[in-house]
Amino acid sequence: MVTPKSPAPFAKSIRRRRARDRVIESLLLLAGLVAVFTTLAIVWILVAEALPFFSHVPLADFLTDTMWTPLFAEPRYGILPLVAGTLVTTFVALALAIPAGTIIAIYLSEFASHRVRESVKPALEMLGAVPTVVYGYFALVMVTPFLQKLLPGLPGFNMLSAGLVIGIMIVPYVASVSEDAMRAVPNYMREGSYAMGATRLQTATRVVVPGALSGIAAAYILGISRAVGETMVVAVAAGLQPNLTWNPTESAATITSFIVQVSLGDLPHESIGYQSIFAAGLVLLVITLAFNIVGFALTRRFREAY
Amino acid sequence: MRAAQAGVERRKLFDKLFVLLGLVVLVAAFAVLFALFLDLLRQGAPRLDWDFLTSYASRKPEQAGILAAWVGTSLIMVVTACVAMPVGVAAAIYLEEYAPKNWVTAIIEINVTNLAGVPSIIYGLLALGLFVYKLGLGQSILAAGLTLALLILPIVIVATREAVRAVPRPIREAAYALGATRWEVTAHHVLPYSMGGVLTGMIIGLSRAIGETAPIITIGALSFIAFLPTPPLTGEFPFLSFAWLKDAFTAMPIQMFNWVSRPDPGFRVNAAAAGAILLGMTLLMNGIAIWLRYRFRKKINW
Amino acid sequence: MQMQISMPVEAQSLSDAPRGAIAETAPAKACASKLGFWYGNMQALKGLDMEIRDKRVTALIGPSGCGKSTFLRCFNRMHDLTPGTRYEGSIHLYPDDIDLVSRDVDPIEVRMRIGMVFQKPNPFPKSIFENVAYGLRVRGMRARALIEEEVEKALRDAALWDEVKDRLQSSGLSLSGGQQQRLCIARALATNPELLLFDEPTSALDPIATARIEELITALRERVTVLIVTHNMQQAARVSDYTAFMYLGELVEFDATSKLFTNPGRKATEDYITGRYG
Repeated sequence: MVTPKSPAPFAKSIRRRRARDRVIESLLLLAGLVAVFTTLAIVWILVAEALPFFSHVPLADFLTDTMWTPLFAEPRYGILPLVAGTLVTTFVALALAIPAGTIIAIYLSEFASHRVRESVKPALEMLGAVPTVVYGYFALVMVTPFLQKLLPGLPGFNMLSAGLVIGIMIVPYVASVSEDAMRAVPNYMREGSYAMGATRLQTATRVVVPGALSGIAAAYILGISRAVGETMVVAVAAGLQPNLTWNPTESAATITSFIVQVSLGDLPHESIGYQSIFAAGLVLLVITLAFNIVGFALTRRFREAY
Repeated sequence: MRAAQAGVERRKLFDKLFVLLGLVVLVAAFAVLFALFLDLLRQGAPRLDWDFLTSYASRKPEQAGILAAWVGTSLIMVVTACVAMPVGVAAAIYLEEYAPKNWVTAIIEINVTNLAGVPSIIYGLLALGLFVYKLGLGQSILAAGLTLALLILPIVIVATREAVRAVPRPIREAAYALGATRWEVTAHHVLPYSMGGVLTGMIIGLSRAIGETAPIITIGALSFIAFLPTPPLTGEFPFLSFAWLKDAFTAMPIQMFNWVSRPDPGFRVNAAAAGAILLGMTLLMNGIAIWLRYRFRKKINW
Repeated sequence: MQMQISMPVEAQSLSDAPRGAIAETAPAKACASKLGFWYGNMQALKGLDMEIRDKRVTALIGPSGCGKSTFLRCFNRMHDLTPGTRYEGSIHLYPDDIDLVSRDVDPIEVRMRIGMVFQKPNPFPKSIFENVAYGLRVRGMRARALIEEEVEKALRDAALWDEVKDRLQSSGLSLSGGQQQRLCIARALATNPELLLFDEPTSALDPIATARIEELITALRERVTVLIVTHNMQQAARVSDYTAFMYLGELVEFDATSKLFTNPGRKATEDYITGRYG
């Protein structure tokens, strides 16, 4: 019965398969490293193209000058007007998206039936997929005329309309991320609250929301990062004139819409105008990166908590 | 006792009010968007016909069409899919099945998460500096496709990882126990069983790419193109041509952006029509993705 | 009723005979010596010495967490899949005397020679035929006729052929739990393993399905060496020739099953088999 096997009967075929595995593993690692290369390339390109700009424009001027007119005969390079435009549209967007997104999240997580939740979530997902240029069209062609009826004298290009549409755009995102955070709060915490005689709303606001706070904060912060980086809506509807103002009913360019405006023109490579979009891009990257890092750190902390 | 009773009643009322508020906000969000979509369709309706699909851009709004735009978009999507799918799936497989817990893996993970949050216009600047000038690809379909591939890479990676993670460990163990190598386990089991999720992620990624405007404006897509790229199929051997990769292009969202930024109301109508088609395409792709995910989830019951 | 089904004729006759005599006639198939195992800094197995007899069924029993599954999974190097694990000592496989846990021995080769059946039935979501054929394909077998022959043989050996011969192309997941587990046994048998490991193979099954698996294991005796982890002492008594009792990562006692259950040499073993803990 005993059939003695020669030592390592499969050795040859295994060696071949092992070799194939090693080759494939290095290819897969290479694919994974594409993500690292992309980040490095982004930083490298932005810095390399912005450096000549900063050799021409002192950093202090860039950060403190209140005029941004790089394409004028007497150019001024103060990033503040663009940053202000970005902040105002972002603020308007958040003023809409945070309350709406949070209410939807609480409703879906704590009140809605399973069936409602299962059909609303994919629908929210689809709203998040609408091309931003379509949202830009909405802002310019539909929302602005509507707002002009409420606020006579509102210019055709204004940050209010663009900001509101960005807000609508990021509601699904804020709602979906905060809902995930709330759903992750363990049920025994809710049960404890119900056992004390609390209603659903009390349980939601006093137990679930505090319990999911870092997750919800992450949703807000990642929402901010999206609003800051949003390009097409502002490029279409907010106007392309740099304007240092905090008034959302005015027209102003943002960092992103400035980049679009310059790209649409035919600036020669190596010109200061061409370099200025990389300087603006660098500022944008730093701002969004800061928000993203805080947002992801918060999500991680939240995941660890439960 | 009665006071407590009254308190309970009031608290219950708040509950109901909140449900009402939740429903109102939710319905309002959907209703606003639904109204906007309908309006888009209504505005664009006069131009939604065959001529619109088969005409080039024109100075006269009523003669302008989206032929160059949709052909450009399709070719860009081919490049994007051909790059993002293999690279994204391979990266996801590496992270889920191979990666040891070391600093290299940690760095890759951090980068994937981080790239998902980088604004799309930054990818445009990367592409302008790297693909267009440093690598000399010019303002071509290839440059645009590569840019969008990088942009959707995090989406494909995250979706693939989720799908791969859903394959239960005992299935992998069974294959390993039969003497399969890591790659055999991956290729014979993990990937086929998670194909539904992988495809879903790919379609969602492409639906995002199809509507992306900012990055391809940045690399310098033209909005007025009255010719088509070199056809990929040729009459003579080897019947395939890749000359189109280096051709200039325009794309659907670019065309729409161009029209929407013109004051002439005739172009606004064109913009609405192009927007309706673009929106229809993305919603359709997302619908297919959601349906696919639902079906595959039902099919394999571990 | 169930006892009758699952008490194999052979096992009954064996329990009458002095098992020690048989033990000496069967050569060793594998021999663990000073085997230790670490999950990171946690030592899960300590200095195990044990011989597995050729063509016999050896059972591993002990309270949960005692390391019996960990021990079993050393034999086919399953732990290599978990980062941060480490083996000490050796498990020699005979007759060619390779050390299964040695760094120099490829785990793939080990797994190609040693089969395993898991706690929960885990058929691939492929056809019944492809489930059984998979191990053969991994071994480079391409000839369709040969594969078909081997698949039928394995399914017959797993006492599943009659139930599935008309639907070899339907999904392995369409079978009942007990059938799925027999499919997994067929999948392992198809590769003609020298040693077959069972990790609590009936813990997810109902009593009738359990009885059939036990019958099958008994029938495999004389054909293949079996090492089985079980949480069920009656099962160990019914199917095995030898039993090892483990506790806290150590081997407490190892003997012929009849001896260990009737006349345990150690107090801890006696406490466990009489149900005082575990």
